[in-house]
Amino acid sequence: MAEYPDEYSYTKEHEWISVEGDIATVGITDHAQAELGDIVYIELPAVGDKLEAGQPFGTIESVKAVSELYAPVSGEVTEVHEDLVDRPEMVNEDPHGAAWMAKMKLADPSAVDGLMSASDYRSFLEADDGEH
Amino acid sequence: MTTTNDPHGPGRYQPLGPDDRREMLEVVGVGSLDELFSSIPAGLQFRGDLPVEEAMSEPELIRHLGELAATNGPATGMLSFLGAGCYPHFVPTHVDALIQRQEFMTSYTPYQAEISQGTLQAIFEFQTLVAMLTGMEVCNASMYDGSSAVAEAVLMARRLVRRGGRVLWSEGLHPAYREVAETYAQHLDVEFELMPVDTDGRTTIPAIDDDVIAVIVQQPNFFGVLEDLRAAGAALHEVGAKFIVAITEPVAWALTVPAGELGADIVAGELQSFGNGQNYGGPLVGFMATRMEYVRNLPGRLAGQTVDADGRRGFVLTLATREQHIRRAKATSNICTNTALCALATCIHLSSLGRTGVRQLALQNLAKATYARQELAAIDGIEAAFDGPFFNEFVLCLPMAAGEAVDACAANGVIPGVPLGRFDAQREHQLLVCVTEVHTRADIDKLVQTLAGVCS
Repeated sequence: MAEYPDEYSYTKEHEWISVEGDIATVGITDHAQAELGDIVYIELPAVGDKLEAGQPFGTIESVKAVSELYAPVSGEVTEVHEDLVDRPEMVNEDPHGAAWMAKMKLADPSAVDGLMSASDYRSFLEADDGEH
Repeated sequence: MTTTNDPHGPGRYQPLGPDDRREMLEVVGVGSLDELFSSIPAGLQFRGDLPVEEAMSEPELIRHLGELAATNGPATGMLSFLGAGCYPHFVPTHVDALIQRQEFMTSYTPYQAEISQGTLQAIFEFQTLVAMLTGMEVCNASMYDGSSAVAEAVLMARRLVRRGGRVLWSEGLHPAYREVAETYAQHLDVEFELMPVDTDGRTTIPAIDDDVIAVIVQQPNFFGVLEDLRAAGAALHEVGAKFIVAITEPVAWALTVPAGELGADIVAGELQSFGNGQNYGGPLVGFMATRMEYVRNLPGRLAGQTVDADGRRGFVLTLATREQHIRRAKATSNICTNTALCALATCIHLSSLGRTGVRQLALQNLAKATYARQELAAIDGIEAAFDGPFFNEFVLCLPMAAGEAVDACAANGVIPGVPLGRFDAQREHQLLVCVTEVHTRADIDKLVQTLAGVCS
């Protein structure tokens, strides 16, 4: 199984979130990019957009599917990774690092505590796999 | 499975016989067709005779349809100068001959690229020709008609600016198009505001506030007048509003500066003038064209050029995630079709004309309409309504209600134009006259003579 950084938190929709102070960085997990296949297009929010936990903040498109991107927690977008729109394949190459999607100022920094840890996420994936 | 009709096995176009039905009912597990509807409560099932007349024989039917048709005076039977969004142009015979080829006439939507290369290439060529004509970077595979295309352009502008607001549209945008767009947008956070036309017939564009999301101008406009698109385009980009140019008469675009060069964000409208007759108002050929940066917000089908596994050029429907069958509620539109055969006719006609031919066609329209207006405006009591430049349509002010003038002329075998009173009560004395390459000088002289007689 791929490396899932322990410092990150994870969601059931296969997003990861990494927090520094009250700024969080968001992306999708290795599992998500593997399931989607070759990524061809990403639609990201605009700086200043207010995101709500669990609500879609963008879309990601591969050769075989299109999917929403869900905000792991609530906050306001402070930075958007524009280069990703020009080189969407980065999501396949380095989903946990270079292919960060957006940074946001957290409405409630403790909200991240409600998400899965890396080991929780790994177990979640194993359980998910077993059901197929 | 056996069919009762074809000894060689199931024919592709054979209807089902009683044996087929019996076999299917057996597999499904019911005794009769009626049993399939058993889930509908008996009280709601219609058990009487359908109020439909008895079937006619073929000769009876032909006679009956002929009688119905004879109640209309077809445009080809009378001398007609009707335009107003649907135009009389000459469609060369070869267009019809080609579109009636079985491969084009009967083929369905080209979802399976492997067996649809001909259809897809034709669509791709259509898109290319229209993009060239409008000066835009990408065009879709066509839509139902100009009115729904412009309505979709409003929705697209709303998506692009990501906020609701005001849409300023010209009085010169076809009234039917405005009505359709209002219907489309009735539950949207979009408000429409009319920009009137001036004495020259051109739109007066007001100062654009930052709550304006789009400005729509038609070229040539509903009154036949050629708008100054350069001025319109410059005014609104500063506030990020989208510049939409509508078309009802694309023949004019052989002579006008392409909207793409004047900053248009979306060009939407009608291509019926090329390849398709008036046909009592349809079927028509709508289209939308835009910049590549907006292509993912463009509704409608898109044919793209690519290479297959062996490196050979091929065509395919592309960017399907904009569409219904992939995104459903989040699709760019709930329309998921195109008017393929009519668009093909447009494509064939345009490619037969070529760059030179399309210009010649436009110049003929311009020359004949100019002559006509000159002669008509010389009639005592009649004058031109606007003094701006025009293409193949113009508005006349008559000394009587235009509707009455039309009826009187029709009694003499001439339909002089569309009375504008039906769109705007304040224009009751105004007549919209359309003159194209199909009208000879003798035809125009007859129009002048007839209208002079009626208005004296």
